[in-house]
Amino acid sequence: MIEIVSADRCVKCDLCVEACPDNVFDAVADGIPVIARQSDCQTCFLCELFCPTDALYVSPFSDAIEGASEADLIARGVMGSFRREMGWKNAKPRGTSGDLSYRIFETGRIIP
Amino acid sequence: MLNKIEKAETDVLVIGGGPAGCWAAWNAVSAGMSVILIDKGYVGTSGATAAGNTTTIYTKRGTAERAATVDQRLRLGQGFAEQAVVETVLDRTVENLDLLAHWGYPFPTYEDGRPYRGMLRGPDYLRFMRQKLIKARVKILDHCPAEELLLSDGVVAGAIARYRRGGEALAIHAGAVVIASGGCAFLSGALGTNNLTGDGYLMAAEAGATLSGMEFSAQYGISPAYSSVTKGVVYFWGTFTNEAGDVLGEAGDRQSAVAQELIKGSVYAVLDKAPPRLQEGFRRGQPNIFVPFDRLGIDPFTERFPITLRHEGTVRGTGGLKIDARAGTTVPGLFAAGDAATRQAMSGATTGGGGPNSSWAMATGSWAGEDAAAFVKALGPLWRSRTVHRVSAVAASDRGEANDTVADVTDIVKQQILPVDRGFFRTAETLTAASQSLNALWADETWRSRRNARVREAEALIATARWVTESALLRRESRGLQRRLDHPEQNSALRKAIDTGGTDHIWTSYVSLSPQRMSHAS
Repeated sequence: MIEIVSADRCVKCDLCVEACPDNVFDAVADGIPVIARQSDCQTCFLCELFCPTDALYVSPFSDAIEGASEADLIARGVMGSFRREMGWKNAKPRGTSGDLSYRIFETGRIIP
Repeated sequence: MLNKIEKAETDVLVIGGGPAGCWAAWNAVSAGMSVILIDKGYVGTSGATAAGNTTTIYTKRGTAERAATVDQRLRLGQGFAEQAVVETVLDRTVENLDLLAHWGYPFPTYEDGRPYRGMLRGPDYLRFMRQKLIKARVKILDHCPAEELLLSDGVVAGAIARYRRGGEALAIHAGAVVIASGGCAFLSGALGTNNLTGDGYLMAAEAGATLSGMEFSAQYGISPAYSSVTKGVVYFWGTFTNEAGDVLGEAGDRQSAVAQELIKGSVYAVLDKAPPRLQEGFRRGQPNIFVPFDRLGIDPFTERFPITLRHEGTVRGTGGLKIDARAGTTVPGLFAAGDAATRQAMSGATTGGGGPNSSWAMATGSWAGEDAAAFVKALGPLWRSRTVHRVSAVAASDRGEANDTVADVTDIVKQQILPVDRGFFRTAETLTAASQSLNALWADETWRSRRNARVREAEALIATARWVTESALLRRESRGLQRRLDHPEQNSALRKAIDTGGTDHIWTSYVSLSPQRMSHAS
């Protein structure tokens, strides 16, 4: 579930508020968005793609609170890791053409 | 409160903004229609495709590759997939994928430079479609779930929706409506399925629509036990073990072996059969597979991790609204596409997860948009002056907060449907118990005295669970995704579809497979 909106990194663009499919965040006038409905989070990690400053952390635990610390996540290079691997930049996909998924089918073990 | 209803008018209303809804909107607007596309969430992240990467099928008719994909569908469909339908769906898929390439979608290439069009990255694909629709002047309304359909003389004529944030109601009068609101995964936590609660089925059934194939819905996806990520493809290269380390399912149906063991205790997986080249393919193709591992410091290729099975219902199973050879439902003015429509003719009694489903969404979405446009043109301009009324007699006036009992109701539905020993494996005993429990929930008015989005979701979950349960009770055999422990054999006399419908009273009926898909003229 979504756990962190980094006050240090967030630029209050509210893109996460808009892009979250489960309406988890609330925008705050002159403030950073708040996680208003954490248990509605479906742990899809998509808000991280839309965040232009890697200010969000979605824990891989879908039914429990991980309690991760921002400092530790930054030290481990986790903040924004999914966005980087997907090649998104400034809320836009820029890595689509680098997909190597065709290798799944090249041995003929499975047919699409 | 209903005393302040915003009104809108559009030729075609599309409910649901996943791939099927986006293709419906594109094809309707391309036919000269005004189009409103509404989604419960955000068009671009809502639904099962957005959260995943999806294989698609790019094979041209008459090639060996096409023959292989069709043969596989017919074999896995266990008597229910229809060759002509599969071929037509795949033809349209090639057409749409070529159109995407023509528009400039940055498809990947093989190492030798040939284009590869067999994979669509969910968030990339849907953001691309969203931009395309906005440029084409489709009006997109995010965070605006549909609540119920509007009718005019038995013809679907729009819908009532409600903004999720402000709570204002919106009455959308439309010449035709496309339901592309996805399937139902019963809030199992499977990836990207939180919004997929069967809302479109309920709205359509209230208007009199028929569903079909709802018993072929016991599809489960494997995920790490703590995680939402039901990305099944990697497990083809995995080894499953129980707590003691015994390897499961070395012969036969591995998923059933995992399911049986999960009833008794923990099950683990390790992706030890994936060679380095494929590991890199997964890493650089489908990063979301690895988020749950990387963030916990697990190497899934060498270390075993606990897994579970999450119900994927009709999102990756088969059942849904009955349609004709294109996308017309049994109610005039109403079209259905993607997971919202029954996929029996494409996937038969089994899952069409991945390529077949994404192809189905593209084809039926396109047909729904085209046929909705043709329907509006045939109505002529006078449709705008039709008198319309709500489907339900309930006055949706009380917009109070959901009370705690709605969550309790949802939990009861989940308990009846999700557990492996009730949902994956079925018996007359468990199905009858589920039927009684679900019927009592539906009849109970106390938990829905306040009618709001949560209550509507709970109603849709109950209704979908009841169609599934009654259809599964009627089919006294095992076939594909219907696994009856009390009827373990397939019965060739039951190569018939089961139609269902109704809300207060659920009906089920065997119907012959051919011509199961009605002619469009009827």
